[in-house]
Order: sequence, then C-alpha cells, then structure tokens
Amino acid sequence: MSDSNHIIIVKDLVKKFGRFTANDRLNFTVEKGEIFGFLGANGAGKTTALKILSGLSKPTAGKAIVAGFDVARYPNRVKKNIGYMSQRFSMYDDMTVKENFRFYGGIYGLSRKEIKDKTRYYLEKLNMQEFEQMLVRQIPLGWKQKLAFSVANMHNPGVVFLDEPTGGVDPITRRQFWELIYDSTAGGTTVFVTTHYMDEAEYCERVAIMSEGKIEAIGSPEELKKKYGAPSMNEVFIKIAR
Amino acid sequence: MSVSVNIEEVSKSFGEVVALNTITLRISPGELFGFIGPDGSGKTTLFRILTSLLLPDSGRATVDGLDVVKDYKKIRRMTGYMPGRFSLYGDLSVEENMEFYASIFHTSLKENYDLVKDIYSHIEPFKKRKASALSGGMKQKLALSCALIHKPKILLLDEPTTGVDAVSRKEFWELLKKMQQNGITILVSTPYMDEASLCDRVALMQNGNLLATNKPEQLISEYKGRLYEVQTNKMNQLVDDLWKMKTAEMIFRFGEFVHVTDVAGSGNFENNLEEFLINAGHNNIVIRAARPVIEDSFLALMDKEQNR
Repeated sequence: MSDSNHIIIVKDLVKKFGRFTANDRLNFTVEKGEIFGFLGANGAGKTTALKILSGLSKPTAGKAIVAGFDVARYPNRVKKNIGYMSQRFSMYDDMTVKENFRFYGGIYGLSRKEIKDKTRYYLEKLNMQEFEQMLVRQIPLGWKQKLAFSVANMHNPGVVFLDEPTGGVDPITRRQFWELIYDSTAGGTTVFVTTHYMDEAEYCERVAIMSEGKIEAIGSPEELKKKYGAPSMNEVFIKIAR
Repeated sequence: MSVSVNIEEVSKSFGEVVALNTITLRISPGELFGFIGPDGSGKTTLFRILTSLLLPDSGRATVDGLDVVKDYKKIRRMTGYMPGRFSLYGDLSVEENMEFYASIFHTSLKENYDLVKDIYSHIEPFKKRKASALSGGMKQKLALSCALIHKPKILLLDEPTTGVDAVSRKEFWELLKKMQQNGITILVSTPYMDEASLCDRVALMQNGNLLATNKPEQLISEYKGRLYEVQTNKMNQLVDDLWKMKTAEMIFRFGEFVHVTDVAGSGNFENNLEEFLINAGHNNIVIRAARPVIEDSFLALMDKEQNR
C-alpha cells in the first residue's frame, strides 16, 4: 500500500465503541497537495475518524496510512508528520505569539535557528510583526486563527488537519482564512478540513460526506451536485445527511 | 406599538474592551428577532444584561416593562435563557435535568408537559440517559426544553446552532417557528448569516456596534449597487484578478461563485467585466446578475465601518 501520490490511504477502517460502530468500513484516499473537505452531521463519525488519522486513537479493524506511516503501528511518527489545528485554535493564551512559536517548534523538534526563521517568515507573511511580543489572549480572534494555522504548519507537515477552523469568525476573516489555505496548498501542503459552512465545501477540491458512520458520498463538489441533482452543496448535504 | 424588549443606549466594557457601544433597540411582543454577528461582536454580553446576569455600565433596558437592574427577580422568573455553552448537568439524566429545572421554578414536567412536548418528544426515548452522553443536537433540544419548562414570556437563545450541522440547524429553526406561534417572544443569536432570513427582524452586530437593524428582506433591498456572481475556469486566481479591475468592488468568494458589485452603476459593467476576464486569461466565464444575501449586506456594512 505504499503509494507516492497519496498522503492519506484509508482501507476498510472500522472503529467500534462497545456495540456502537462509529466508523463503518471507511475507504478513501487523499492526494498530495489536495484540499479535502470532510463533512457530516453531528455524531456521524467525523471526529472519530479524525482522531484515528492523527494517531490519537487506534482503529478496531482496517488500515490507515498517513504521511507514509501506519496509524496503528506508528502513531507517534504520524503525529510528527502532520499538523493539527483544533476548533479552539489550541494556542496558549498566556504566552506571547513568539513564545507559542517557540513552544510548538520545540515540540516538533525544530532547531533554534529554524524556529527563529519560521517565526520571522510567518509574521512577515501575515503582516503581524507588531503582535510578536503580545500575549495571544490580547490579539483579535481572526489573527489568532491565522497564527494557529501557521503554527500547525511550521514543521512542514505532509498534511494539516483543520477541525472546523472557521467557526464563529466574521465573514471577511473567514474568507481571508481560505486565501491562506489556498496559499499553502499552492506550496504543496495537503489540507484536510472539516466545516459546517456549506459554502466552504465548495472551496474544497474533493469532499467526503459521512452519515451514520459511513462515507455516503465522495467526489468534487461539481460531481456531487450533478449526482444528487442539487444546485448547492448545502442541498447535497441535506439530501445525504437526513 | 407595544414593546417586549426595550434597550436604550446600553454600554458595557470589560477593561479596555468595549463589548457594547451605546446600543438602542426595541423588540415587539411575539417577534422572532435575530442577533447576527461573529464571536466578540457583543451578542452574549447583551443577552446576559437582558437576563439580569450582568449590569450595564450605562443606559437602561426593560423586558416586558421590567427593569433589568431593579426588577431582576421578576425578570428571572419570566425569561427562558439558553446560554451558548451547554450548561445542564451532565451527570443527571435527561429526565432528571428536566425535573430539576422545573422544580426551581416551582412547577413540574407533568404540569407543563404541553409546553415542551414538541421538542421534548424528540429526546424522550432517551430520558434515562445521562445528559453528558447525548449527541450535540440532542443536548440542544434538552437545553431548549429546560429553558421552556416554566412558561417564559421571552426566550433568549445564545448561539443555539453553533457547531451544529446543517440538517439539525434546519430542524431547530422549524421548532423555533412553531414556538413563536404560541405567542412567545424569541431572541436568538447566531454567527450563521444564512439564518437571518428565518427571523422577522435582525440586528447585524460587529465589535459591540449595531451595524443595522431591519427586516432581512429590507436589508437586502438596501444593498448598494448591482451584484453579480462570477465563475471561471480559474477560480483560485479570480479574486486576485478582480481586484485589479477598477470599477469592481466588494469582491468576495461565495461558494462556487465570486460575488462582485458594480457600486457606481456604470451601465456597461457586465461587458467590461467579461472583456477584462478574457484579457486576464480566464475561460468558461459565467457572469450573472444575482440577488444579494444577508452575508453580502453584512460584508458591505463591515466594509463601510472599516473605511469610516
């Protein structure tokens, strides 16, 4: 199952909690450099799958290869080779922006020089130099979000997982964030993103829609709209998830 | 016009952060009123003031004629409040939570069953389950049932649909509409712009300010300029390219399209736009006049606010 074009390979993946099947034989692949959307109703099994793919939870059966490593056998190598940004951005509020970069860079084993260079690179790119010495708690939500994305990317992971990255931010910031995603995939990063905003599903190259533990549909937004005879991804979603 | 909620020049700051900046607003009895805005726009602060959980720095507010500062005891009896964070008891069962909230208000689930029936019936099959073990959508229905159990005249729901999937959101709004028909006044906040069209009136909020208050269809009809949706074979560079066109404004991605507005009304805009895109190397160009949605209005108002 080594495949140089795929950063994620999932084969017959099953996860059970007692008698409850949270993930029921999932099969899909994600290509390198792709923006892959992962959608589904609450309780459909997205978070369970995300946890397995990021090496935090072991599959009951089946296989998942992420960034070249089997998640069940080498969870720590998987963790080292992915980036992860959670809903609440997981930045340390009581540390400065610079300290957060240093902290996460340290965790990922970057050298002092690498951390310094990366910090400068991202702050310049985002035009955020003025925030360098500020506590994360003091900076506006939209900036915090861009920062969290940069921190998740600073060790050049093969794939970065974004779990509802745009919840609650204003519509301008939401769009700026997507520009940032496009920017980074243009540089070769793979983005795996979950969202409840259906317009954002349109921004993905391909999406998978989960329902009751299964992947009910997978394809480009265009293909799915055609297949389900729906004018928008919102309606595709409602048709599948209901 | 009788007034259910009257907010007069209410301000509130936390240290240097202005959470609410002289807000004035009236809401009529029986209205389904939406507060639309991102995190940090002041929605929660306003709800906490209206439910007497927080004191305003200045200004005054009444709910059903009762002052939110002086008459706080009465206000707490006649308002139902569903906070943004799930705040029921996770280690109590569904049924126990209901009974607990009912008993605080000297009533019982049995006595007021009719009030909550429409919602509670969805979760009743799981009434022995602990609240912490419910799915997101079911937790929400339980919280709403608890907020309704004492027959409040006014219901304040703080972001009830945040983080909830599109299907559950739709269901939830259907329930709200049904409740409204029982004569209850409903104030609901949401970061989802598309939910604005489901309210009678909405207030668009940003950084503690009211950007606009109106009926959703009225807000849309007040949109300045003519809006077009554009699609080409190079969506990734379309936004950047459109910025180079001088007469195009309000350029934003909207799902499979990019929205662009001809603010000046230059007559020949559509043709100019097509020519511009062809010269920029785009193919399969689709340009269509489109009706703005609330998110367009919000973006336009934000833009105005930032350039002030």
